[in-house]
Amino acid sequence: MSGTYRRLLPYLLVLPGGLWLVVFFLLPAVQLVATSLYDPAGSLADGYAMTWAFGNYPDAIRAYWAHFGRSFGYAGLATALALLLGYPLAYVIALRAGRWQHLLLVCVVAPMFTSFLVRTLAWKAILADTGPVVGLLREVHLLAPDGRLLASPVAVVTSLTYGYLPFMVLPIYASLQRLDRRLLEAARDLNARPAQVFWTVTLPLSRPGVVAGTLLTVIPASGDYISAELLGTPRDYMIGNVIDAAFLVRLDYPQGAALSVLLLLVILVLTIGYLRRGAEEVG
Amino acid sequence: MESAQPGARLRLIELTKRFGGVTAVDQLDLTVAAGTYFALLGPSGCGKTTTLRMVAGLEEPTRGRILLDEEEITELRPYRRPVNTVFQSYALFPHLDVFENVAFGLRRRGVPDVTEQVRAMLSLVQLDGYDRRRPAQLSGGQQQRVALARALVNRPRVLLLDEPLGALDLTLRRRMQLELKRIQTEVGITFVHVTHDQEEAMTLADTVAVMNNGRIEQLGTPAELYEFPATAFVATFLGRSNLLSGTVVGRDGDDVLVEAYGQRFSVPVIRARRTAGAVLLGIRPEKLRLVGTVDEVPAGHQAVAGIVTDAAYLGTSTQYLIRTGWGGEFSVFVAADGEARPVPVGATVVAHWHPRYAFLLDGGTPGGTPAVPVDPAGAVPANGVGPR
Repeated sequence: MSGTYRRLLPYLLVLPGGLWLVVFFLLPAVQLVATSLYDPAGSLADGYAMTWAFGNYPDAIRAYWAHFGRSFGYAGLATALALLLGYPLAYVIALRAGRWQHLLLVCVVAPMFTSFLVRTLAWKAILADTGPVVGLLREVHLLAPDGRLLASPVAVVTSLTYGYLPFMVLPIYASLQRLDRRLLEAARDLNARPAQVFWTVTLPLSRPGVVAGTLLTVIPASGDYISAELLGTPRDYMIGNVIDAAFLVRLDYPQGAALSVLLLLVILVLTIGYLRRGAEEVG
Repeated sequence: MESAQPGARLRLIELTKRFGGVTAVDQLDLTVAAGTYFALLGPSGCGKTTTLRMVAGLEEPTRGRILLDEEEITELRPYRRPVNTVFQSYALFPHLDVFENVAFGLRRRGVPDVTEQVRAMLSLVQLDGYDRRRPAQLSGGQQQRVALARALVNRPRVLLLDEPLGALDLTLRRRMQLELKRIQTEVGITFVHVTHDQEEAMTLADTVAVMNNGRIEQLGTPAELYEFPATAFVATFLGRSNLLSGTVVGRDGDDVLVEAYGQRFSVPVIRARRTAGAVLLGIRPEKLRLVGTVDEVPAGHQAVAGIVTDAAYLGTSTQYLIRTGWGGEFSVFVAADGEARPVPVGATVVAHWHPRYAFLLDGGTPGGTPAVPVDPAGAVPANGVGPR
């Protein structure tokens, strides 16, 4: 009796989570792939017929390859900016902040207490044509007198960078926090100047944090549609906006599903490639 | 940097370090001769590691100066000092293999071809063929060797070793001690070795400085320190000592006369750190002999009677604890020379010694506290303090 129980216990423990994954992840994913292969001639009102319409994929790529390109371009740029901003921030918090460490960490996370939508709208006010940023940039002639920031790629990338910055900072902070300070002393003792200590010891040892932060930023950023929707024009739309429209405006479910699956696959391939390379370098 | 003598003379002048209100190192004056093996010995918290870190440049002195030969390095950044450290934790770079760990310092200085130097150094520490291993794949002893090679390859004028053998087991530690000594003789660099292990310090060092509470209590060769300690702290930290607190009552030619626990003892004046007032009479356990009765004590020897309360057979010697008539404890080590008969616990014995082996220390002012807490009964059966 107790032997049987013991044998079953691990399965019982896995059951709730497993069910959750099956119902809310696996079934929808299967449904999504299935939908992407429905006959595009159908409609929500008349119903769809499963015709294994693999042609939906080339059609979707032909129609929206530019949006794919833009998505990964913006997301890549935003990730690079987040890394440039986030690494020094994480470094200061982890190694230099002393007793302010926890307060600063809360400050990094605090924006997440409000919804992404509200925060993106706030950028609309900050970057408004009559706002302080545009005013200053016009003043110093970095922007033409009629130049604007809103409704431009600059605004979209700014919003993406800002929105996912905490996901970059936190993993880098965690890996720097774990860093054995004695290694930094050893490097200093072994003739390394401060900059050399950073490039040869600190940075390589925080690589896992950089890898995690990059993925956590680039993946949601490439699927984002709120930033482009609120701060850009249709010329700045990303693949998320297209999928959004396919499902909710054009009601072209097969195409929306095909685009979603494509996005998933591209991200998966990029991620695996990136992790492989990262693993090789870390050894 | 290449000169006839690879090692430099290290001088510390009134070196002081305070952390907040705590004085870790207190006006330390010290000269380490070029090319010698020097040990800084003391219990944990005595300031020895802080001293080392100040020489390495990892800690800034509150006051004082540090000189290598005639060059002042007090203000130099660590990477500019011709000094390298073997850290207690080894602090090997986990993301680099053995070769790159050892090459680290050379590469940072922009040495163009490091292969030959690194290989030669790995060979010196007997790690040929381990180039491509990661530190995590090495045993503690091997990691220790990498740490040593990584520091030595830079040809520092002074090599600092911070409890380098602390993490190794006893057998390995013994082997590495011989190894360190061999390497130091081979490279001729000045070694400054910090340890709390008196045996390690005595095995390795040409000169030992015993440090306590941020100050140096005594400096000398291991034999000088052991045979004629300057303070009660040294007498008990470096080996064991039986200490009797007494009072000087007079002189008899070249001898100082001391009264302790109602008995008279004499100590040659050249063996006395103090010749008046309150004193501590010290005698090493192995300098004592045991006999059955007072009649058997040789002429000229001094004696204390007591009862054996414990006997520990250690192979090379037997260690006895004797409870004296006044309730104090005496340690006596009897060498296993094949002639000594075992003495059973409970036996009445007389421990005797020749006065030339005894030494006389400052016992503090009468009524004041002595340098170390002395058992009211007089004997301090203390060994080296700190973990083993």
